Amino acid sequence: MSPNRRERALVRPHVVTGGRARPTRNIFDLVTLVMAARSEVTGLNPEKRRVMELCRGGALSVVEVAGHLGLPVSVTKVLLSDLVDSGHIVTRVAGPVDTGPASTLLLQEVLDGLRARL
Amino acid sequence: MDSALVSDGTYVRDTVRTSVKVLIVGHFAVGKTTLVGTLSEIRPLRTEERMTQAGALVDDLAGVPDKQTTTVAMDFGRLTLSESLVLYLFGTPGQHRFTQLWHDLSRGALGALVLADTRRLEQSFDIMNFLEEQKLRYAVAINQFDDGPSFPEEELREALDLLPSTPLVTCDARDRASSTRALIALVEYLVQIEQKRIRDL
Repeated sequence: MSPNRRERALVRPHVVTGGRARPTRNIFDLVTLVMAARSEVTGLNPEKRRVMELCRGGALSVVEVAGHLGLPVSVTKVLLSDLVDSGHIVTRVAGPVDTGPASTLLLQEVLDGLRARL
Repeated sequence: MDSALVSDGTYVRDTVRTSVKVLIVGHFAVGKTTLVGTLSEIRPLRTEERMTQAGALVDDLAGVPDKQTTTVAMDFGRLTLSESLVLYLFGTPGQHRFTQLWHDLSRGALGALVLADTRRLEQSFDIMNFLEEQKLRYAVAINQFDDGPSFPEEELREALDLLPSTPLVTCDARDRASSTRALIALVEYLVQIEQKRIRDL
């Protein structure tokens, strides 16, 4: 099939990610916050440029990047992982750690924040 | 750069240092999307994931033998709780068990709020069993529909087979204060469990 025969929305995820289903590193939670580390986008494919355009404005979670760009989370992770490797994207906030339950301190902070909204 | 994204608070504040997540789970049409939309400070977003794992979707695909994949949608929203803390809410049917998406959702989640409908309580059993298997802590919120019957709390507890310690609240997923109180009930419970766990060490 010629590359232009399909609309962009129909490009299959593995085309976007260069054929890979898994990111080069598994550092992303859905709520890990990422942002652009530089503005240079030369050499990046169109999908990565879209990620960079979005992430230039400030920090967003991985799942928000996926939502804004209309991409599955799995594909978004592959793109972000490549962009971290190439120095275009940095992690601002790691997201939750998977080492047992959240601390009382953190839970109390969540509780205080929710109560303040009433 | 889309300047509209900057002005409408799309981005997370620079001062934020911690991000946490809570799952909003329940059966189809129970009000998950409504609740996420009511509480979120950003326009709720949705992502779709194609599921191909065999065995993960037995219930969904029953009677659809030719279907090899299905699409699972998840809605999510964001609440900034302090200068340094954001909470993400994920509305999910919870039917995509054993998949990468469920793993991504549940790993590191503070807990889950199970939304239930008094007209279809039995449809919540499966998700509660699943959360228990997953050792994910939860509270139950009855989303009170205008035409739904209301029952005394004791009857609801018995019908849902809840542990005495599991919080049960009633909420209106369309109402911000009411939905916030449902989340508060969950987090109060999480604090209690954690305090008890530390005392018992």
